Amino acid sequence: MKQNDFLGRRVFGVTALGAALMLVLAGCSAGGTGQAAGEPFTGEYTGPEVELSYWNGFTGGDGPFMEKMVSDFNAEHDNIKVVSNTMQWTDFYQRLPAAVTAGEGPDVGVMHLDQLATNAARNVIIPIDDLADDLGLTANDFTEEVWDAGVYKDARYGIPLDVHSLAMYYNTEHFAAAGIEEAPTDAASLQDALGKLKAAGYETPFWMPTRWPSHLMNLSLLWQNDGEPYGDDGATFDSAAGVKALEWQRSIVDDGYSPGDVAIDSQYVAFKNGETSITWDGIWQINDLSESGLPYAVAPIPAIGETDAVWANSHNFFLPRQANADKNKVNASKVFIAWMSEQSAEWAGSGMIPARQSVRDAGALDGLPQEAIAETIDSMRFLPPIPGIGGVQAETLEIAVADGVQGTTSPSEALKKAAGTATKLMDDNKASFGD
Amino acid sequence: MSTKVGERVLPTGRARRPSASNQESQKKRGEQAGTRQQGKATPWLFLAPYLLLFGSFVILPAVLGVWISLHSWDYTLPNKPFVGLDNYVSLFSPGSTVFGPFWGSMRATGIFTVLSVPLLLIVPLAVALLMSKKFPGRDFLRAIYFAPYVLGVAVISVLWRYLLDNNIGLVNHYLGLLGLPDDTAWTTTTPAAWVALVGVTVWWTLGFNAVIYLAGLQDIPIELYEAARVDGAGPWMQFLNVTIPGLKPILSFITIITLLASANMFGQSYLMTQGGPGRETRTAIYQIADAGLRNFQMGSAAAMSYVLTVFLMAISALVFYVFREKQPKKLKKEVRS
Repeated sequence: MKQNDFLGRRVFGVTALGAALMLVLAGCSAGGTGQAAGEPFTGEYTGPEVELSYWNGFTGGDGPFMEKMVSDFNAEHDNIKVVSNTMQWTDFYQRLPAAVTAGEGPDVGVMHLDQLATNAARNVIIPIDDLADDLGLTANDFTEEVWDAGVYKDARYGIPLDVHSLAMYYNTEHFAAAGIEEAPTDAASLQDALGKLKAAGYETPFWMPTRWPSHLMNLSLLWQNDGEPYGDDGATFDSAAGVKALEWQRSIVDDGYSPGDVAIDSQYVAFKNGETSITWDGIWQINDLSESGLPYAVAPIPAIGETDAVWANSHNFFLPRQANADKNKVNASKVFIAWMSEQSAEWAGSGMIPARQSVRDAGALDGLPQEAIAETIDSMRFLPPIPGIGGVQAETLEIAVADGVQGTTSPSEALKKAAGTATKLMDDNKASFGD
Repeated sequence: MSTKVGERVLPTGRARRPSASNQESQKKRGEQAGTRQQGKATPWLFLAPYLLLFGSFVILPAVLGVWISLHSWDYTLPNKPFVGLDNYVSLFSPGSTVFGPFWGSMRATGIFTVLSVPLLLIVPLAVALLMSKKFPGRDFLRAIYFAPYVLGVAVISVLWRYLLDNNIGLVNHYLGLLGLPDDTAWTTTTPAAWVALVGVTVWWTLGFNAVIYLAGLQDIPIELYEAARVDGAGPWMQFLNVTIPGLKPILSFITIITLLASANMFGQSYLMTQGGPGRETRTAIYQIADAGLRNFQMGSAAAMSYVLTVFLMAISALVFYVFREKQPKKLKKEVRS
């Protein structure tokens, strides 16, 4: 009884605290609303002081660069204070729709290009065509694919900050020891290099991952084989091009260049420890590898198929939907996006490639490791803007690629089954998104 | 007539039960009730804080869950069409997109539960028996055995994911040094992945069960052991005839919580095997979280939860039945003899 009483009181205390907290929170948000409508966006913000909540997922080596850019922005703008909230991307894509639906979303944020359509269809983010117009941003300053992929149902939802692709990292010490002078550029030279590395005593020079980023390798190879992963009538990643891609991935294991059943991330850890000589990963790992002191170099992935192609993605600024948007905050957010887009040269330090041609031409990438990758920007391929595609892919292609690389199922069988499911899921999505 | 009045006055149903044949006692009871009546709201006030939390975080979601499971519920979309039992029907129709993954995950949950529960009942008992003996360093060892339990699932999973890695992990390295096979893919192939998941879970949670066993062991009167010894019982006979019957009351408790904890396994396979190979170690909770939180299929995920709930309720009822049936019978026998 005594204990119950004590417990009860404690719960009361907690509840009271929670209620107080909610009142405080309500007070905060109430303070922001009901402001006068802001003028059309002019590139400058002259209104009262505002605080912007800015959500992003830069938890890796890119995080410090984003933090620096945010604090530079805050230093330059007396009446805008940007507070960033950084979380893992997987959490980000779960939390953002929930927060926006509950009316607790951020004022501005960054998301991946292949998530824009999904979130636009879910009514999580709003069109920002006017911002693109006002900033004077046009397709001319961007790669066509990046620029176009930000459009869903004739409206623009994202302002690209960067592009980032898969790349080939290799251990320069191993390459020197094996007598390889240049980074492999096609299937034959890669095969040659693997043979030489093996002869030089590096028994498993190219670990083939089963999970991330294995499906990105698969997509790259599929595009190289002139295939497309998704078409108008559903998933097509089980086409001959896709099967050929997965068979090649499996052959790396069968030919003994990779151990079997590589667990998640271990190919990267092995590369970092000098246990393997080559790994394909995103260019966002550049800083991590540089800091590790590993003797490495980065090159575009070789063209295993007929065409130069590589999977890529892009970080895009967006504005979330807000039930009673404060015009001042919206304007301040636009100023923030415009500023960040213009300063994207600094962002190149994070290992990414600035999305704007003008920034790249001004020498943002000079001397940076990803310079060579940026030259292949025209061969970068992006997932098409189909709502819900990310979830579909995670449930189908990613698992099929894992099965195929592990050899538990034949590549054609694994892909065929997954594509069938993917098509069904895409039809379901079409129905629920009203497309 | 008076009975009825009494009934109306009585604040709780409890007093109604005794048959009111005696007018006198009835009157007395009525008076008692009268004094209690002032505090009619008292029990509810005491209950209120908990009821509020229980109602808003257990009852309400449970009822809302049923409602959600009857819709195609994507909370980010404005219209959530009512689909009746469609979500349940597709869970039970082979060929639908959810059938394979869901029943695969139920199977994974079943495999994990069947493998882990017996171990989690027996190993902690052995540990508790050992720790109840008096020997130097006992308290230190007790702490050691309990230590993993204070770590979070993320900590132990990431730790073991790297230790068990088939190519860069320490476990295979040391197995190799001992001359044992060193190429077992602990996290990427089955059945090795099950061995890893069950092993890690037993290592992680055995301390908790052991502590409960230990408390149970300390509740068994020392006199019973003395009596058994006088009767000539050896250690094994003492264990069978004193320890096991003495532990029976807590055994059902441990069985139920271990069963439910195992059936709710999620973090270990999410972080150690990512549900792989393929989706073989993807448990039911994993699948539900994936469908509902990652793919926003709340309706389907809610339906899955209710199917899982029915299974768990049936199993819990079975366990209760097994443990409840035996005790009274034995007691009666003992009384008779």
